[in-house]
Amino acid sequence: MKSFALPVAGAVVAIAVWWAATAVLGVRPFFLPSPPDIVAAFLAQPGYLLREAWATLTATVIGFLVAAVGGVLLAVVLTLAQSVSRATLPLLVALNSVPKVALAPLLVLWLGFGAAPKVVLVVLICFFPVVVASAAGLGSTPAELGELGRSLSASRWQQYAKIRLPWALPQVFVGLKIAISLAVIGAVVAEINQPNHGLGAVVVLSGMSFDTPLAFAAIALLALLSVGLFYAVAGLERLLLPWAKAITG
Amino acid sequence: MIGLSGVSRRFGAVEALAGIDLEVGESEFLAVIGRSGCGKSTLLRIIAGLLEPSAGTVVVDGRPVRRPRRDVALVFQRPALLPWRTVLGNVLLPVEILGLPSASSRKHALELLDSAGLGDVHGRLPHELSGGMQQRVALCRALVQRPRVLLMDEPFSALDALTRAELADRLQELHMGLRATTVFVTHSIQEAVLLADRVAVLTPRPGRIRKILDVDIPRPRSFGHNAHLIEVSRCVAELHDLLL
Ligand SMILES: Nc1ncnc2c1ncn2[C@@H]1O[C@H](COP(=O)(O)OP(=O)(O)O)[C@@H](O)[C@H]1O
Ligand SMILES: [Mg+2]
Repeated sequence: MKSFALPVAGAVVAIAVWWAATAVLGVRPFFLPSPPDIVAAFLAQPGYLLREAWATLTATVIGFLVAAVGGVLLAVVLTLAQSVSRATLPLLVALNSVPKVALAPLLVLWLGFGAAPKVVLVVLICFFPVVVASAAGLGSTPAELGELGRSLSASRWQQYAKIRLPWALPQVFVGLKIAISLAVIGAVVAEINQPNHGLGAVVVLSGMSFDTPLAFAAIALLALLSVGLFYAVAGLERLLLPWAKAITG
Repeated sequence: MIGLSGVSRRFGAVEALAGIDLEVGESEFLAVIGRSGCGKSTLLRIIAGLLEPSAGTVVVDGRPVRRPRRDVALVFQRPALLPWRTVLGNVLLPVEILGLPSASSRKHALELLDSAGLGDVHGRLPHELSGGMQQRVALCRALVQRPRVLLMDEPFSALDALTRAELADRLQELHMGLRATTVFVTHSIQEAVLLADRVAVLTPRPGRIRKILDVDIPRPRSFGHNAHLIEVSRCVAELHDLLL
């Protein structure tokens, strides 16, 4: 319970300061809406906003899951053979350094107007941190555990399944926590580029009609979404890896 | 049971072992003692089939060693337990990897844990146990595959003095019961004299066999009140002179 108190207090104070600032300085809602304006904007059309939030959430989660599974698998392949990793790593780094925002229009060109380009952008943006963190984890098996496996003549598969992969999981989760924060950004970038669905589209469209409170309501939902997803991943980590905290001290 | 002839090993420019000739008989307990860096671990890994000698041959049970054998088990200096597996799960790791019959092995594992005084913690995770208990788990894991050869690399050196003495006692009991051929690397003279039938003393780098000392003291041995303190102190003194 204690672990909730401080983050909640921080958020409450921040909102209070914002509210006070808009009230005291008399800022117009068009310029910077106060918290009640935003709540009112949400309550005016909750169905619409929640539907768009759902669109963003599904694309984010699907893309994230694809990147998580694919990233871990690629990390395994990279650590299986030095030659593979030497051949593909520079390529991977080069691909990662391409600004994903620049790819958004191209993805629409290639994949059409549906949810596909959005999911692909999320995958692209999440993939690299998962691969790098997982490969680091897979490469950090302690020497004795490697020798233990070899002394039992464990097969490659057994080495990975029983020793190396579980050992790497705490590091895999480091990558996943970075990726989940990026995933939401990826989805929103795609939605801003192609504003037909999702909270990103709501921000663009409400901006065009000068409905600032609605834009802020969408942004607030995005923030909630991001925080919720991050803590979901962190919670999964605590659930799956109760031993990880203990051995890292 | 184990035979080495002319075994040498270099790592680049470093000569770790040179011309080791050694025979270990069936059910014998051989201690290997020497300064750190003299090649003790290298010797053990060569016998285990984890490392190839640069020259010479190694034979276990009449056959040249080319790869790790199922009837040879290793215990390391650190417990090397899998932190996500329970105590029982760790002991069962060799069972899973070697594909041993699971029901009877599980029973065997529980018996081993019971006799190591770990019966009531078999569901715990390793980090919940003390260092001494963790090393006992590692010993149970080595024994679960019913090895004919047990290779131990300074298994007690990371523990405090009292725990070491306790575990050494326990190992002596185990050896008297199981009679697995054992090569026990240590840098403790006391442990060597308490446990070994013979003690091989290695020279500093490159490791060569300086002397093999017979320890003709009846078992069970101890440093407590017993009838053999004179023989014990004679052996300790001799090893002391050879090493220092
Ligand atoms: N894999 C290795 N690569 C290079 N040098 C090694 C390796 N293993 C051991 N050595 C060297 O061989 C020597 C003997 O090492 P080791 O067998 O671990 O000694 P001990 O176990 O007696 O302390 C040391 O000088 C060590 O630096
Ligand atoms: Mg050593």
